[in-house]
Amino acid sequence: MVKISQEEILKLANLAQLKLSKEELIEFSSELSTILDYVSHLDKVDVEGLEPTYQVTGLKNVTRDDVKIDYEVDKELLMSNLPDSQDGQIKVKRMIG
Amino acid sequence: MKSWDNITKMALSVNDGKTSALELVNESLSRIEDAKEYSAIISTTKERAIERAKLIDDGVKSGKNMGRLAGVPFIAKDNFLTFGSETTAASNILKGFNAPYQASAIVKLEAEGAICVAKANLDAFAHGASTENSDFMVTKNPHDKTRVPGGSSGGSAASVVLGLAPFSLGTDTGGSIRQPASFSGCVGLKPTYGLVSRSGVVAMASSLDCIGPMTKTVGEASLILDVMSGRDPLDSTTIEKDSLGYLSLDVDIKGKKIGLVKEYFDDSLDKDIKESIDELIAKLKTAGAEIVEISLPILPSALAVYYILCPAEVSSNLSRYDGQRFGYSFDEANDLNESYSESRARGFGKEAKRRIIIGTYVLSSGYYDAYYKKAQLVRTKIVKDFEKAFKSVDFLLGPVAPTQAFKIGEKSNDPLAMYLSDVMTVAPNLAGIPSITIPIDEKNNLPVAVQLMAAQKQDRPLLGAAKKIEELSQ
Repeated sequence: MVKISQEEILKLANLAQLKLSKEELIEFSSELSTILDYVSHLDKVDVEGLEPTYQVTGLKNVTRDDVKIDYEVDKELLMSNLPDSQDGQIKVKRMIG
Repeated sequence: MKSWDNITKMALSVNDGKTSALELVNESLSRIEDAKEYSAIISTTKERAIERAKLIDDGVKSGKNMGRLAGVPFIAKDNFLTFGSETTAASNILKGFNAPYQASAIVKLEAEGAICVAKANLDAFAHGASTENSDFMVTKNPHDKTRVPGGSSGGSAASVVLGLAPFSLGTDTGGSIRQPASFSGCVGLKPTYGLVSRSGVVAMASSLDCIGPMTKTVGEASLILDVMSGRDPLDSTTIEKDSLGYLSLDVDIKGKKIGLVKEYFDDSLDKDIKESIDELIAKLKTAGAEIVEISLPILPSALAVYYILCPAEVSSNLSRYDGQRFGYSFDEANDLNESYSESRARGFGKEAKRRIIIGTYVLSSGYYDAYYKKAQLVRTKIVKDFEKAFKSVDFLLGPVAPTQAFKIGEKSNDPLAMYLSDVMTVAPNLAGIPSITIPIDEKNNLPVAVQLMAAQKQDRPLLGAAKKIEELSQ
């Protein structure tokens, strides 16, 4: 059985910019092991000579004309969703400590 | 559980001026109010719905035809971007989000006169099979309040069965329309991948996500599909609709070959469900259908493929929820990184976090080939096995889930047991084929349903055969 340590979960959480509590670290490390154990039976499936499937429509290079489209999105409504803003710009916390 | 007239009849009556759109909207809103104990609805779009109803009534008075769905109220799963109320995907991180544009499916329905009256509950971000993962509340099964309605479109399914509106919209990534339709007892259609635009629907797993109607009858599901389907410049994975549309279906089943999926009829299948399906098979034979058993040996691997690909795509799609541009934001962070990780920690529920971690794991270098790429290769095998099967049969028939609706709380502490609820529904998503849930019976005072599948883009014949099954089951 694949064992996933709490340290590994912590590393994944950092990669995903997601803070986890101590309880979640413990819980996810045991659950992820169980789930990986379940999916590991794919090891036995013979896929010799097959290409991976990333999408099923068969569509290729769908393009549109290179012209400006007016989506009629209300700027005020869009801005009203911002947690913080200043002078019509998105305001975020400082980036460098 | 009150009923509605057939949708086409209702729209005709509105266009004839015999029924007003406002009456229909008010009726729907009052039924929603009366059914609060089921927790099917997150919010109503009351003000906007009434406004739209008045516009439609005015249009009718001035002699205009207001469309094929004139005045017909509907309920959208709360992962559809709509005007008139917040769009939350039943998640804390999207609480307070006011969509700046509407989903293409909603725009198309409104263009035919339909009126969105409310937003239905779901497992947050559509992650789940019971609606228990909603960050807000647990929806109850309309037939038994101690049981789940299925999920993730549990609120949409319950809405239709309770008669809150004549139809609802759901999304189906691994069974999220078909399984709640089966647990709650309505028709639920997952069309061919790409047939309905995903633009403006909160993305879960983009290569699997499908949008479809939930209705009382197959004919009504066909009508809603006919309105919503087709190419959309806002979603480059969309395909053309059937040149004949999805109305006036061919319901003659005589001489049609229906394959019973052997892998879905193993010992894990509930005996009562098996019995109901056997009765249906006998009726189908009498009606002239040829029934054969067919084996797709790859099917037992489908769920494992799904639970690699789905979290991988989920972890990627959920990275946009960073607390900076919309939704919940942790106010007291000292710097940007803390703002990201704290906003996500506080805004996401446990299942979203779980899927982000699994997805990040299978996509990380070192494990990519062993999990993600391997799953994509097995996915090809699933696609090919279905293609092969549909060379020998017209349709595939099987149960929707191994059991009827389970008890609230029964599986909520065991993620793998919950994932196994999807075991019979994920394969059509991986192959991109259409599949429909049709209620056929009632056992233990709960609905029993079947799932009928067809080859890609065969939605029209699928709906025809589904209509026949519906007739035979009455």
